[in-house]
Amino acid sequence: MPTPESKPLELHFDEAAETTQRTPVTASAGRMLTRRQLLVFAGLGVLLIGAIALFLTWDVNGHWDFALPRRTEQIVALTIVGIAIAASTVVFHTLTANRILTPSIMGFDALYVLVATALVFLLGSATVAQINPLVMFALNTVLMMGAATALYRWILGDGQRGLYTLILVGVVAGTFFSSLTNFMFRTMDPNEFDSLMSTLFASFNAIDTTLLWIGGALLLVGVVAIFRLAPQLDVLSLGRERAITLGLDYHRTVTWLLLVVALLVSVSTALVGPITFLGLLVANLAYQLTRTHRHVINLATAALVAVVALIAGQAILEHVLDHNGTLGSIINVVGGLYFIGLLLKEARS
Amino acid sequence: MAPQRSTVAAAAPWVAAAAVLILAIVSIFIGVADVDFRALWSDPESRQIFLQSRLPRTFAIILAGSALAVAGLIMQHLARNRFVAPSTAGTVDAAALGLLAVTILAPGTAIMGKIAIACVFALAGTALFIALIQRVQFKDVVYVPLIGIVLGGVYAAIGEFFAYRTNLTQTMSVWMNGDFSGIIQGRYETLWLAGGVAVLAYVFANWFTAAGMGRDFATNIGVNFRLAMAGGLTIAALVTAVVVTTVGAIPFLGLIVPNIVTMMLGDNLRRVLPTTALLGAALVLVCDIVGRVVIFPYEIAVGVIVGTLGSAVFLAMILRRSNRYANA
Amino acid sequence: MITIDSLTKAYDTTTVVDHVSLQLPDAGVTSLIGPNGAGKSTLLSMVSRILGADAGSVSVEGLDVFHAPSKDVAKKLSILRQDAHTTARITVQELVEFGRYPHSRGRLTPECRAAVAEALQYCDLVELADRPIHQLSGGQRQRAYVAMVLAQDTRYVLLDEPLNNLDMVHATGLMQLLRRLADEKGKSIVLVLHDVNYASVYSDRIIAMRHGAVVHDGPPETVITEHALGEVYDMEFSVHTLNGDRIAAYFR
Repeated sequence: MPTPESKPLELHFDEAAETTQRTPVTASAGRMLTRRQLLVFAGLGVLLIGAIALFLTWDVNGHWDFALPRRTEQIVALTIVGIAIAASTVVFHTLTANRILTPSIMGFDALYVLVATALVFLLGSATVAQINPLVMFALNTVLMMGAATALYRWILGDGQRGLYTLILVGVVAGTFFSSLTNFMFRTMDPNEFDSLMSTLFASFNAIDTTLLWIGGALLLVGVVAIFRLAPQLDVLSLGRERAITLGLDYHRTVTWLLLVVALLVSVSTALVGPITFLGLLVANLAYQLTRTHRHVINLATAALVAVVALIAGQAILEHVLDHNGTLGSIINVVGGLYFIGLLLKEARS
Repeated sequence: MAPQRSTVAAAAPWVAAAAVLILAIVSIFIGVADVDFRALWSDPESRQIFLQSRLPRTFAIILAGSALAVAGLIMQHLARNRFVAPSTAGTVDAAALGLLAVTILAPGTAIMGKIAIACVFALAGTALFIALIQRVQFKDVVYVPLIGIVLGGVYAAIGEFFAYRTNLTQTMSVWMNGDFSGIIQGRYETLWLAGGVAVLAYVFANWFTAAGMGRDFATNIGVNFRLAMAGGLTIAALVTAVVVTTVGAIPFLGLIVPNIVTMMLGDNLRRVLPTTALLGAALVLVCDIVGRVVIFPYEIAVGVIVGTLGSAVFLAMILRRSNRYANA
Repeated sequence: MITIDSLTKAYDTTTVVDHVSLQLPDAGVTSLIGPNGAGKSTLLSMVSRILGADAGSVSVEGLDVFHAPSKDVAKKLSILRQDAHTTARITVQELVEFGRYPHSRGRLTPECRAAVAEALQYCDLVELADRPIHQLSGGQRQRAYVAMVLAQDTRYVLLDEPLNNLDMVHATGLMQLLRRLADEKGKSIVLVLHDVNYASVYSDRIIAMRHGAVVHDGPPETVITEHALGEVYDMEFSVHTLNGDRIAAYFR
């Protein structure tokens, strides 16, 4: 059963293929933007401005001095999260040579939460309360980068595991990390583990705005790293073997990319908590829109889509459905169905 | 090789039964309030604790553990995939969703009514899963549980959405995390239903074995395939619904126990079913005892412990399998 | 010259390639033949460093392929494997441009553009240059990959069963192309072939493997014989000379 989401996209896909055929690009056009991509950027730009305007002005009722700073802060947070999730997903897709695996499906978010919890567990929540949250965040991020890179280099192996095995390993590993987190929390403070969990970890209704600046700075580091790795990513999209024969130092590149992915996941998870399927949705939508293998373009498009979706989604939820805490579950319902659709399509091809 | 295995097979249920017995005794005598065996006759207060709290708790654990393990075993047979169990086919999440629906729409419903609704949801959720996987000619065993887990995630996310709107997020998390600490006399008896259904599964075991061999095979030897399939899934759904409603889900129990048992004893459903039930009970007893001891005098919910252990074992199973494939 | 020194690969208890030592020439067409599971593809994968070896070494013109920087090896040796599916949506032109990666690291120089244009020309792909590769037929796509390898401009070109999934027209076309590459460009082409007659007609040298070891090695006149083939494949052959080529028949 193809999901309702995948159908129209599929039509889009074929149409696009025909247009490229009818207007052949010249040899040098590979380096420039096609008209289609320019249109995509322009359209998404308009949507972004619209979403921001909507988010900032809806139902302010004259309380501008109260609403504006708070809402601006939220927009900045959602922008950082959107870019981090989109970029980490696109990079991970190339790394694993398919468009189904994403860092959060593979348990990266859950690993970050586990690492952060383990740190509290080992240091004691009283000690942690005295440490500057920025220092804690930095510490978590560094540990996460080490743990995720080591672990996932092993899990991904040399591409000898089948795709489904890989996904199932990731999904179950994510469950395992969450269970372990849960376990640690309950041993730490059996009475108040829920409140401890919500004070320590962010979610959409409790965006951690203290980490905005450091989160933004780390995001910048990640994005710069990705841009510098873009040619390697392009080569890697041909698959592991071809990349090796083209002289790519595969292990080194994969290690670097995993470090970047872990960094980006740390940023987004620290700000709003785990969101499992957002990356999958925005990355695949971006590929359908751009129809290119070039990472710079795909990354930018996916990031725009993610930011628009988050800001518009949050605005609509807050005002139409009258509360904002359910964006995560809505993304998971839609994304989960889309994911099943992708899996069914993959199995049929 | 063959005689060795049959010796093991013959001894296994007895060893498992002995383990359950010993663990049950340990379980009864561990707790915040000490129960002295000799005091049971002389001290009314001790007897009170024993009859109202300790004994029901131990019964509840044995019933839930064995019934869930049996449910997993049956699902694994019917789906012809050893990674399929209530936790990996969306059954648990669908049952919780049903429970949420009845809690929101008709909060006054009696416990049996809640179980019935949860069971209907569990059955429908699992049927959707079966329908989905039947549309694909799978090339890979891990594909099936993958679809099931993601589908379960969708059910859970739908549940979260409504739970958030109705302030039931906490309640949801209680359903998803099995916990026996609240069990007293009068609050666990529904689990006997699960136990009874597990016995029923034993009676009809050969049907499920036949259905597990495929539609053609079953029809050929005169077993109504659809009926056996529907019956087996109903048993699994009912057990899941009862356990989720009464004590909360025990993740992956129905997955790991049948796998461990069939790894040792082979695939004959009827022969491995008693051992599976007993081992399920033993495992939950152990985890419950651990949960009561680790941060004494507090308790860690058994669902958390089994979930951690279960996901780790499941992970090892997948990795082991994929390594074997890589080397083939 | 590619020097292979007691190269070994084992999985569990099965040794797939068993202490193979060989020297591959720096020009001409060399074919690897042998039954399934003889270790031909595994050998080629190790020579091209896609697969690590359990023991032994490979050097290309003195460069140790397992330890030298990957980009240096990529300027000397390229491999084309059976068409593993690529998720990337790229055009033929873009694919061939990737062949220049070892030289340009992603920034095409005028020299690169010339090499790409020439490769497209050579493989008769100019008209298809802007087509996405997933829209091509099997034969066209195989040619596109050959063009990419050509743009990479390495002396040694390894191909793992390049004729798989090609019909007779395209298979023969590809073999002619490879022969031309060896003759006109002075490349050393090393390929795994299933069809002993293609090997016989197009090769300068044939290496026959069985059970992970080389059992025959020489020009077609010494390997395409009833005796040698019978030993390699464990079945009966009759060898005939047709228009100067040695053709093995094994259909009865």
